[in-house]
Amino acid sequence: MANALDPHAAIVTTASGETDGTLTTADGKPLSRALARSQRRAKRRAFLLVLPLLAFILITFVVPIGQMLQRSFYNDGFSANMPQISQWFAENPRGTDPDEAAWTALANDLQVSAEARTIGVVGTRINYDVPGTRSLFTSTGRKVRRGIEPPYDQALLEMDEDWGSSTLWAAMRDASTPYTGNFYLASLDRTRADDGSIQQVEERQRVYVMLFMRTFWLSLLITGLTFLLGFPVAHLLATLPMRKSNLLMILVLLPFWTSLLVRTTSWMVLLQQQGVINDILVWLGVIGGSGRLQMIYNQTGTIIAMTHILLPFMILPLYSVMRTINPSYVRAARSLGATSWTAFRRIYFPQTLPGLGAGALLVFILAVGYYITPALVGGSSGQLISNMIAMHMTDTLNWSMAAALAALLLASVLILYWLYDRMVGIDNLKLG
Amino acid sequence: MTRTLILTTALGLVASPVLADVNLLSWGGAYGNSHLEAYAKPFEAETGIKVNMADADNPATPIKAMVEAGNVTADVASVEYADAVRLCDEGLVEMIDVSMLEPAPDGTPAEEDFIDGAITDCFVGTDVYSMVLAYDDTRFTDAKPAGPADFFDLEKFPGKRTMRKGAKFNLELALMADGVPADQVYEVLETAEGVDQAFAKLDEIKDSVIWWEAGAQPPQLLADGEVSMAYAFNGRIFNAAHGEGKPFKIIWDGQIYEMEGWVMPKGAPNLEEAKKFVAFSTASKQQARAAEFISYGPPRRSAAALVGNIEGTDQPMGPNLPTTEANMTNALGSNLDFWVDRDAELNERFNSWLAG
Repeated sequence: MANALDPHAAIVTTASGETDGTLTTADGKPLSRALARSQRRAKRRAFLLVLPLLAFILITFVVPIGQMLQRSFYNDGFSANMPQISQWFAENPRGTDPDEAAWTALANDLQVSAEARTIGVVGTRINYDVPGTRSLFTSTGRKVRRGIEPPYDQALLEMDEDWGSSTLWAAMRDASTPYTGNFYLASLDRTRADDGSIQQVEERQRVYVMLFMRTFWLSLLITGLTFLLGFPVAHLLATLPMRKSNLLMILVLLPFWTSLLVRTTSWMVLLQQQGVINDILVWLGVIGGSGRLQMIYNQTGTIIAMTHILLPFMILPLYSVMRTINPSYVRAARSLGATSWTAFRRIYFPQTLPGLGAGALLVFILAVGYYITPALVGGSSGQLISNMIAMHMTDTLNWSMAAALAALLLASVLILYWLYDRMVGIDNLKLG
Repeated sequence: MTRTLILTTALGLVASPVLADVNLLSWGGAYGNSHLEAYAKPFEAETGIKVNMADADNPATPIKAMVEAGNVTADVASVEYADAVRLCDEGLVEMIDVSMLEPAPDGTPAEEDFIDGAITDCFVGTDVYSMVLAYDDTRFTDAKPAGPADFFDLEKFPGKRTMRKGAKFNLELALMADGVPADQVYEVLETAEGVDQAFAKLDEIKDSVIWWEAGAQPPQLLADGEVSMAYAFNGRIFNAAHGEGKPFKIIWDGQIYEMEGWVMPKGAPNLEEAKKFVAFSTASKQQARAAEFISYGPPRRSAAALVGNIEGTDQPMGPNLPTTEANMTNALGSNLDFWVDRDAELNERFNSWLAG
């Protein structure tokens, strides 16, 4: 029988014939509200279930990444430690020559900052924009600690004539507010001229745009290669009888479970000039001993090793989709007169697209961020943008620059993801 | 907020701090082992203060993270000189009081006993390592390469070369090979023409170079016969030659030496114990002992004579150290101020050159 707690009670009530316009439950409440309430409760319960995961993702993923990305446009190394001169910059428009007030403010700030031992932070910040100025700040700091007398412009210029450089003053102006776009400019091989206009850096300094292009081009190429190599394998796996396909599956999974470093090093052993493949070729007489092929420590090496390492990420989604494709569709097409090529092109291949999309997206996104393999086998022509990010993280300790490069990489991947969603539709993605 | 970021980065290399222990952040591997054997164990035995060792890829990175987050768990860390300069500049490490360091056995005060630059405001050197040229002895039967110029001479000494992927060391080496005397290298490199000159020299061998990234690669490349000469850290070549019996020879002419040493992160929880540890481990006896485990030279003059045999053998370690008199005849001390200033700029140019 119906009771008040049972949502289905409504149906019973309606059936019993009360018709005053709104449907009500057995205890007389409007049905829609009762339904909403019970749904709300279910939603709340479901939310509580995912809450731990949500908190985990927020704390360990979203917040740290947000923090890191914040560094790409926020750096208060100069503005926080040099308040007086920052104030002067705020009050005087670009193009104003430093006057007495400016020099006094600068000298005061330098003095305070030298005493507080924050002068290195200040110098480091300016050094990002004008290489070679960090030591100007630290050495001046040491001298200022011994004392400085007005007139400050003469005193500072006497300590180092570089204090008169207009490039330095322009850089200090840029750094006088904590928010800056300079790291993004630098990530695109651009820089600010003394008058504030944006220009390209010298040709021999340009490296990031080229590396971004190379990263995307190589990732695309590797995605294509994993498709060409992975598609037949996945098809074979999906169509063979279970026992054989399981055996083959292990061959796919075994390298997948092997450490990345081991696989990368194995490729070195195989591909290097004194390596296994070259040795065999020489032994067979295909090439002479002096004409050994250079297959590693260059782009070729990066492509080969990365294709191999990322191959399972293409095979597995393809395989899981192919398994579900009913073979009778292709049989039907053949019986209706389609050639095997047409049957494949019109019937079979379109059905694999969800797996292909997932595999391609996985491989591409992983490839874009690849670091250790290109670092080890990439040589000079196989470097990717992630290698520069790592350099700024661990060698130059310029985390703002690393963050800006990483943000650009992240943004371009998100754009590609969005394009993919627009063109193919993310609903058509099947991971397994 | 920053706290969380850093927590996640620093997590994993933190040993739980117990009161009055010293938490030491080192590099692991053979180098970390020398710290354990020559410093940590004797220190524990003598003072009863426990030393907790933790490893990091480069301890400077977690220090920056810890101090900026205000959650410092390391008391002493081993860092490269360049990183020490940066950390010191940014106020991320404690100041060092020279008077706390032990004098030499003959009573010479520490600041006179240490080589130039080994003690800074925030840093005490523990060892000197160097970038050296090395070759496979079996590859050159007649004339043997003897200096930087020979490294760039592909006709006289055929075969590929391997060099570190980065501007540092390579630009200096190129200038020395081009005839610039060691003591003028940085003067020349300060100028735009000097940098051009260095890159022009590197151009000569660019096509024959395999660039290494990890320190373990150059001895491997030499052993595989991929290259005939390498420009690598002396410790790695030494290990391959002595530990594994490879026929590798080191050319000390033109070596570029650099220091590693202790810093104490700002806000170290056990600062007093840390100071004791720094003083203990930088005493001449301990410095000499460490050099028996790994071929990095002690930065104290008084320690050189105390260095004994290579640990576990009856061969003297002395001739394998960068700091030994005979090896220092044409040596260049890496100029850290120069590199901290120009690191990013020159590496960008280097990478651009590499790709072009």
